[in-house]
Amino acid sequence: MSDKKTIFQIRGLKTQFFTKKGIVPAVDGIDITVKQGEAVGLVGESGSGKSMTAMSVMQLLQKPGKVVDGEILLDGENLLDKSMKEIDEIRGNRISMIFQEPMTSLNPVYTIGKQVSEAILTHENVSKEEAKERAIDIFRKVGIPEPEKRYGAYPHQLSGGLRQRVMIGMAMVCNPELIIADEPTTALDVTIEAQILYLMNQLQKEKNTAIVMITHNLGVVAQSCDYVYVMYAGKIMEEASVKALFKNPQHPYTFGLMNSIPKMTETKEHLFTIRGMVPNLLHLPKGCRFCTRCDKAMKICTEYQPELYETEEGHKVRCFLYDKEVMESGK
Amino acid sequence: MLFNNKKRNEAVDILADRIVAGFSPAQDRPKGTDWIPKRATEPIRIEEASEALIAPSETIKDQLASMFKNNKVALVSAIVIVVFIIGTLFAPLFAPCDPYVQDLGNRLAAPSIHHLLGTDNYGRDILSRMMYGGRVSLLVGIVPTCIYMAIGTILGLIAGYCGGIVDSIIMRVADVFMAFPSMLLAILISYTLGAGMLTIFCALSFVSWGGTARVVRSEVLSLKEKEYVEAANSIGVKTWVILLKHILPNCVPTLIVLFTMNVPGNILTESGLSFLGIGAQPPSTSWGLLVFQMKKYLSKSPIATLAPGIAILILVVAFNFLGDALRDKLDPQLKD
Amino acid sequence: MAKYIIKRILVSIPLIIVTILIVFLLLQVVPGNPIAVMMGEKANPEVIAKVTEEMGLNDPLPKRFFDYLVNLVHGDLGSSYKLNRPIAGLIADAFPNTLKLAITSAIVAWIIGIPAGIVSAIKKDTLLDRFLMGFSLVGISLPVFWAAMLLQYIFGYSLGILPISGYATAKHMILPAFVLGWASSGTIARLTRSSLLGIMKNDYIRTARAKGIGETLVVVKHGLKNAMIPVVTMMAMQFASLLSGAVLTETVFGIGGIGVLMVSAINARDMPLLQGSVIFSTMIIILGNMVADLLYSVLDPKIKEQ
Repeated sequence: MSDKKTIFQIRGLKTQFFTKKGIVPAVDGIDITVKQGEAVGLVGESGSGKSMTAMSVMQLLQKPGKVVDGEILLDGENLLDKSMKEIDEIRGNRISMIFQEPMTSLNPVYTIGKQVSEAILTHENVSKEEAKERAIDIFRKVGIPEPEKRYGAYPHQLSGGLRQRVMIGMAMVCNPELIIADEPTTALDVTIEAQILYLMNQLQKEKNTAIVMITHNLGVVAQSCDYVYVMYAGKIMEEASVKALFKNPQHPYTFGLMNSIPKMTETKEHLFTIRGMVPNLLHLPKGCRFCTRCDKAMKICTEYQPELYETEEGHKVRCFLYDKEVMESGK
Repeated sequence: MLFNNKKRNEAVDILADRIVAGFSPAQDRPKGTDWIPKRATEPIRIEEASEALIAPSETIKDQLASMFKNNKVALVSAIVIVVFIIGTLFAPLFAPCDPYVQDLGNRLAAPSIHHLLGTDNYGRDILSRMMYGGRVSLLVGIVPTCIYMAIGTILGLIAGYCGGIVDSIIMRVADVFMAFPSMLLAILISYTLGAGMLTIFCALSFVSWGGTARVVRSEVLSLKEKEYVEAANSIGVKTWVILLKHILPNCVPTLIVLFTMNVPGNILTESGLSFLGIGAQPPSTSWGLLVFQMKKYLSKSPIATLAPGIAILILVVAFNFLGDALRDKLDPQLKD
Repeated sequence: MAKYIIKRILVSIPLIIVTILIVFLLLQVVPGNPIAVMMGEKANPEVIAKVTEEMGLNDPLPKRFFDYLVNLVHGDLGSSYKLNRPIAGLIADAFPNTLKLAITSAIVAWIIGIPAGIVSAIKKDTLLDRFLMGFSLVGISLPVFWAAMLLQYIFGYSLGILPISGYATAKHMILPAFVLGWASSGTIARLTRSSLLGIMKNDYIRTARAKGIGETLVVVKHGLKNAMIPVVTMMAMQFASLLSGAVLTETVFGIGGIGVLMVSAINARDMPLLQGSVIFSTMIIILGNMVADLLYSVLDPKIKEQ
């Protein structure tokens, strides 16, 4: 895996919201690397900053949000240095996004065919007929029955699962290098979810598209990702390959997430929960962001923030437990 | 304490299944059982908390207070309205002169210290006439609005809560009433009842309830489904008590906004009707009538006819600004 | 689709009949003999009795109503007492003037209102936004008759550049159209702004942006097409309202339209004329509202299906 080309990188990204009540550091210095054809998972609870990361990449941030620091590199070019016109050329074309709510993500007054054709016509110099052909083709690929007929259908005539397939088709139709999928299956029934994930998997392998899968659902991660980043309160807490993460979760937070999944083979009276709540980003704890909820918190955790430490190859943790100096000196 | 995400349960089941039975062939089975289930000492739910800071719900008083603090225009509007109300209501107290006293030697005078807005064609003080005339304009603006909003609220509550044929009938009747613009109806009624305040009062009080009824009805329809209504119903609370204690209070913000948006319409209609001669009749006066009466002296003493019109404009603008601010604060849904 | 239209029209018919009935009742239940009232006290009682009989006013109420309806369908609205001319003819003479005024005012209103609303929405919370919305608010707060007078004075009297009454030429229409237009434009601007702002919050706008089509197209192609749906229906209703006779503006500017007809009918106690013109006005409003409803269903694909 490490001999594949890196096509997308986020370095030190910081996104903040300038609200009346103060500055909210939604994304506070994260680094993500995506290789060609790779499926990368971004896991976290609501409020962890994972959606904001996607918005920052796609330049879809609404006021009062702003990217204040960092680099977003697509094939080595920093997206943050580009003009809006250049960004528009990239959006939908080299980087596409799939959103969470298929029921509301399509314009109700245009047919689905037109909306997909629009994506093609914006970025490629083809005739309307050819765009239509390609749209019908992609409908077929994503498994929409009777694609020629459905071309003229309106979004409200389709179910949630079908609409999400349209969204996927729309994202893929210009053969992007990277797709960012923000909780694409959260709003769908679990059986449809399985189908959609399978579909995305297939398409990804076929076109060798890289994908960033944003989710709070470890099951989704297990099914579809190669490498995972765990985010909490705007920072990456742990990153590893999927196998390594499930085999050996190191950060107490990841540990807690895994434990929160009830096991079929045991009987329990209380389900495990991570005690406490996600902190208010305006009033973050002084030390490690997780210290107020951490079972293994030490004194140092409340005063200093840990760095990302590499424990084995390709596996990094942001926790003092893995800081050799600290553990040995016992500070 | 279970998860509040049903779907996660099912996916988790699948994952759990796989954990037990092994992942799909492409991936390895996790080795070892490092996942020691811990028992949390204090079982607290994992909330899918979007904000850790839970905003305390504000009472209406708090909302109003903060609105006035932030929105200077609304504050000024409210003050203007209060000033107008006091000025006209207590006209006998505040008016500098008697509005009926004529001073034929001093006709159409320009504004002076004695007569801040000058005098009219009979030498009567314009400012005083306006203060007295304002009573009519404000009265006819506010009271009929209260009346028809009361009618509309009651009918809307009934229509929304009962549904079915009662609802249909009430809404059909509302449609008929809404087909008549209030001006047209006032013109009609004035034929029957003759011109005068009674006419306008009737016309404005009993016609425009349709809009209010519609809005209240839709509020009721959405509130009807809420759990506390079902709960109250199931323990046998009488219908009208439910309506009064549970549903009506929730309609209040919308009603407040509607009120401030409806009053200006009435004020304008009344002044229009008086201007046409169908409204207030001499010797009583209203701003609309004043504008009409002084119209012929436009060139000699423009202020005589302009002042009442400006008064109408200011009052209506004030109500509209206030209404906008209230709507933004209390009921964002009404925006569309 | 055609079925829906027909259904809508059919449903409106009882509404129309009931409204005509209400107008009829309001005017016909006046105590006293309308002929006597109109002719005045000095008229000969025998003449009054004869005319009353001729006009069919001694017949029972239901028969009178039915006869009126039948005549109405044939386009016969009866004759004016005072002017002794068929009412339908009077309305036919007056209506074109109202139509002229309505069209010009509507154009002014829409040309000012819609762009103002769009610009305000795009530049939300800037000085321009506040200014435009303030302008609109004053527009809807204007006492129309007073504004009309004021403009007459400024432009007609003092500056002498525009005619202040009559309806002969296009130039005559400028002031009245502007007065009415300003008032109507305020409503349109506010509605356009709030509608567009609401639409721009939707998820599909975000999707459109994410496709890289450029902010201008996002607003114009995706935003406006949705936002204009309620605005267009409001435009239809406003136009109907203008067509039913802008009583005040017509009076101030001396435009011989339906509004003035109604007022003169009242002043002359001319019941049939009043009845005829009011019914005409109300019909236009009902028609206009129906057109507005139909427009809405045509523009919104979700409803179009049904």
